[in-house]
Amino acid sequence: MPFIILIVLLIVCFFVNISLGSVSIPLKAIVNSLIGNATDQETWQLIIQNYRLPKALTAIIVGSGLGISGLLMQTLFRNPLAGPFVLGISSGASLGVALVILGSNIFGGVLAALMISKWGIVLAASLGSFLVLIAVLLVSLKVQDTMAILIIGLMFASITAAIVSVLSFFGSAEQLQQYIFWGFGSLGNLTWDDLIILLSIYSIGLILGIASIKSLNTFLLGENYAKSLGLNLKQSRFLIIIATSLLAGTITAFTGPIAFIGLAIPHLTRQVFNTSNHKILLPAVFLFGAIVMLICDIIAQLPHSDYTLPINAITSLVGAPVVIWLLVRKRKMIF
Amino acid sequence: MTDTNKHIILKTKDLSIGYTSKKSKTVLASSINIELKKGTLVGLIGANGIGKSTLLRTLTNVQNPLSGEVYINNTNLLKYAAIDLAKVLSLVLTEPVASKNMSVLELVALGRQPYTNWIGSLSKRDLEIINKALNQTNITELKHKKCFELSDGQLQKVMITRALAQDTDLIILDEPTTHLDMYHKAYILKLLQRLAIETNKTILFSSHEIDLAIQLCDQLVVMTKTGVVSDAPCNLIKKGTFETLFPKDLIAFDEKTGSFRVKK
Repeated sequence: MPFIILIVLLIVCFFVNISLGSVSIPLKAIVNSLIGNATDQETWQLIIQNYRLPKALTAIIVGSGLGISGLLMQTLFRNPLAGPFVLGISSGASLGVALVILGSNIFGGVLAALMISKWGIVLAASLGSFLVLIAVLLVSLKVQDTMAILIIGLMFASITAAIVSVLSFFGSAEQLQQYIFWGFGSLGNLTWDDLIILLSIYSIGLILGIASIKSLNTFLLGENYAKSLGLNLKQSRFLIIIATSLLAGTITAFTGPIAFIGLAIPHLTRQVFNTSNHKILLPAVFLFGAIVMLICDIIAQLPHSDYTLPINAITSLVGAPVVIWLLVRKRKMIF
Repeated sequence: MTDTNKHIILKTKDLSIGYTSKKSKTVLASSINIELKKGTLVGLIGANGIGKSTLLRTLTNVQNPLSGEVYINNTNLLKYAAIDLAKVLSLVLTEPVASKNMSVLELVALGRQPYTNWIGSLSKRDLEIINKALNQTNITELKHKKCFELSDGQLQKVMITRALAQDTDLIILDEPTTHLDMYHKAYILKLLQRLAIETNKTILFSSHEIDLAIQLCDQLVVMTKTGVVSDAPCNLIKKGTFETLFPKDLIAFDEKTGSFRVKK
């Protein structure tokens, strides 16, 4: 039953998201355009099909993908504060992107042109997030205290931030601007071709996440119990990490770092559904993430104005109070 | 020969336990030869630091023996695949479960993980076994409660129920009575005694409740500085094994009551 409400809500948000923007387009024209009929004005059709529709689809992918990667991290580390941002995965992606954008003049020539292309950035971001996650995991094998692991994740974030500042110091103004704009986060920069690339990698991550549902549930007991239930710890951990870095890594690559969705959405979902069973949580986080992201994007567009706010700022403005509210209301983050 | 072997669930052969580091080898106990029979309650007792936990870790394949072998159902422990071992051996550990947001039913259902499909769907048979386990430990009325709402004693019963739902010949519990008051210590051990009889499973637990273990167990494995002895409690009393458990300066074993007394 709650699922039906969420699905309806998702569809509503999807349509509202598409109908609002700096150019006001009547609802009838939007419906016509989406079902393939001709609209009264050709520009409306162009705006909807080449800009608003891919952006709304990107919002769904980003919200659900970051939400799920946060859920996977929180269960794997059995820590309510884990998430793509806190564990430094996003910083890893940022470092990768900084290296290709700001460091491209070091490599020079054809290689630089190749690297600065969209594929180059996607690859660098995914690789960066994967490497940071592996580093955090290696540390977590040595250090059992999850609090220490989170602090170490934050330290990784500081180190990557430091390297990025050094790179910015030597980068040109133009490169710097490109990197800063990437850092604002944006859902609207994807062409249909980009969207297909994002969707394919996202799907692989999603499938790996779904395949990990059983092991995620087993991890709720703790690693020693999980092992006694016949779970292959190394393999399960590896799959979960690959899924997370594919999801968080590619999304960050295409849209820039987007904060708080990965941390806040799983908690919101646990509160609403009152369960820890990932068979329910995973699809619910998918829906919640997509809905919240669509709403954040609606706010960011500032309907009927010519301005668009950085999406990263909006998700923080929405996400941080949600986390605070959960803590104050429940006095602890249930997990 | 084969007839008696059939009833032996766990057997060790010249087992030697301890730790190896790069340079040295620390042997905690050696020439351990114990046999646990089907449907019996067995207590493992010994002073702090004597190697109880190490023995349990070795018996459950968490760490390797220094030498010798462990057999479960006549198969060497090291030959088991993880998933097959999970079908003959279940554990109740001292560590708390990671997520206390699970309901009792969800937690107990996780005991069926070795048998379920890729996504963990419970079959009708799985549900039957889960409900039977809940009944056996008398916690059916708790099944929709969240774990964070339970007392320590209730939580321990839930963990035992989860092990029952795993449906293994052997259940090993590491100090199941710590953190419990006197009544619940007796309650949990009495429950284990009843379960061993009712379900015909072999239950091995480590404990510091020596007097309770003497009263309730079919067999005791006693670890002392001179070696590991295993026998029925009354035979051990006759042999005077309990006198050798602790240094003699503070407490003494009283054969008549089967418990330790502080020296006046």
